[in-house]
Amino acid sequence: MIDRKSPPLIQLVGIHKHFGGITALENINFEVGRNEVVGLVGDNGAGKSTMIKIIMGVYKADKGEIYFKGEKVEHWTVERVRNLGVETVYQEKALGEKQTIWSNIFVGRELSNPLGFLKIKRSKEETDRIMRKYIGFTSKAIAPDSYVKTMSGGEQQGVAIARALYFDADLIILDEPTTSLSLTETKKVLDFISGIKKGGKSAIMISHTIYHLYPVSDRFVILDRGRIVGEFIKEEISLDELVEELQTVASTGHV
Amino acid sequence: MMAEKGGVPERRNPLKWWKQYARRYSIQLSVFGVLLVLFAIFIIVRPGVFLSYDIYFAFMSSIPFTAISALALTLVIISGEIDLSFPSIMGFGGWVFTNLFISTGNITLALFGSLVIGALIGACNGLLVTKVRIPSLIATIGTMYLWRGITMILCGGRGTPLVAAKATMLFHVLVGRLPWKKIPLQAIWTIVIAVILWFILNRHKFGLRIYHVGDSVSSARMVGINTDRVKIITFMLMGFFATYAGVLASLEVSYLWPTLGEGYLIKVIAAVFVGGTSISGGEGTLFGTFIGCIIIGCLEAGIIAMGMTGFWTRAIYGAVIVISLSFYSFIRRGS
Repeated sequence: MIDRKSPPLIQLVGIHKHFGGITALENINFEVGRNEVVGLVGDNGAGKSTMIKIIMGVYKADKGEIYFKGEKVEHWTVERVRNLGVETVYQEKALGEKQTIWSNIFVGRELSNPLGFLKIKRSKEETDRIMRKYIGFTSKAIAPDSYVKTMSGGEQQGVAIARALYFDADLIILDEPTTSLSLTETKKVLDFISGIKKGGKSAIMISHTIYHLYPVSDRFVILDRGRIVGEFIKEEISLDELVEELQTVASTGHV
Repeated sequence: MMAEKGGVPERRNPLKWWKQYARRYSIQLSVFGVLLVLFAIFIIVRPGVFLSYDIYFAFMSSIPFTAISALALTLVIISGEIDLSFPSIMGFGGWVFTNLFISTGNITLALFGSLVIGALIGACNGLLVTKVRIPSLIATIGTMYLWRGITMILCGGRGTPLVAAKATMLFHVLVGRLPWKKIPLQAIWTIVIAVILWFILNRHKFGLRIYHVGDSVSSARMVGINTDRVKIITFMLMGFFATYAGVLASLEVSYLWPTLGEGYLIKVIAAVFVGGTSISGGEGTLFGTFIGCIIIGCLEAGIIAMGMTGFWTRAIYGAVIVISLSFYSFIRRGS
């Protein structure tokens, strides 16, 4: 269940961002609750990626404040964000394809002795556990030392999501996780995303495909030309209505 | 390299286990196979030469200079870069070593001083590639000419005898001969270096990061790896070991040639590629490179022993590079 009593996990207040003379984001007020999946929708150029990059610490906002678990965070940088427990899963290039699964899970945060030598056996055992626990991998065909390139696109996304969950990410940003995937692969990824919620964690998902976003999200935020123009809780709106709203926004610029 | 989906080979069924094992290590096995075939041909055609100890003694004295450079270059190539300047670093490092030794008389100081300088030159390459963002192919062509030119200017085009070094203890430690069977010590050092680098690449987190940086810089950065630092360190290792190879090569002949290092470029690169390391980064093994060095090292001797002229060697090195790259490209696509 979404926890509405505690302060939101992350809260953006009055965020502005300009690139030269162009306004990319204007007075953005956005939040993600605990154990909530927020779907971020909008056309190309609506400001979705700019907003995500501000949350990730890649861009610095010109104006506005960011709160994490109710506390205002100064110096919102990539490093800081990662340490707070925000992870991003990209649509591609999330993993080293020519490397094994276990090395992809642990690279950068290796299980090693004080001299830096790897604990390979333990890493493989942990990988096996992570794959089953976090994303319910049951496929016998895939073992911790299988190479990533032998997996399907959806399974690769699954490994990236499992990695984020294992390292205790509280908020996972999913940037177009289903683009370029087949139907069955998309289904797998959507199952993994449901796993995020079951695990008590939160997520922001961006997708062009509202049909992928709808079933896994609790709330929808519609961006248009740098402004938030609409916000719906899933209980309030059916898929058809949401699609209609989006079409209205696209043609008129407001809900 | 090639893995069946199953990943961990099952030990219960030995035949299946071997099949999976062979598929996973197909490139290493192919390299090893080529070496065996090559030796079989040499032994059949010239048994007198290839069944005597002398030829192997010659290999053990000369291959280490190629091998030490090639092992370090393997790390650079796995990280997704290339270093063409190492032959010039060999030359410049040799010059630093010789001049430190002549001016101080202290060979240990000369060795460590030159190795530090070599590593710093490597760091310069790394900075040019990561911070100035010049592609390594171009950057190291530049530094290749730079350090060769500087070495030439400093030497005035003349060589320097290093005979005095023969009286030192370190000389015998580095390039002496083991009393029994007359084994050149540089061969032993090469094996020691190969083992150390193998542990770094395959058992240390730094090695794991080299593979991931070479595979995809963006995904490596995403998991928090300082990709620039990884690349700079591999370039530093390259500079360090190129200098070491240069020092050994100078000591071996007790003479510093201002052209020291020239002629190694093509041999070393050929050895790395014959060994199955992929130019696109993220893939490669030190075992492959080690065997590749032996193949390249014995080709020249083999070609001459088989009665062809030395002119053939270049053409054959070139052919070996092209054929091995085509072969591995074919295998990788097959997976």
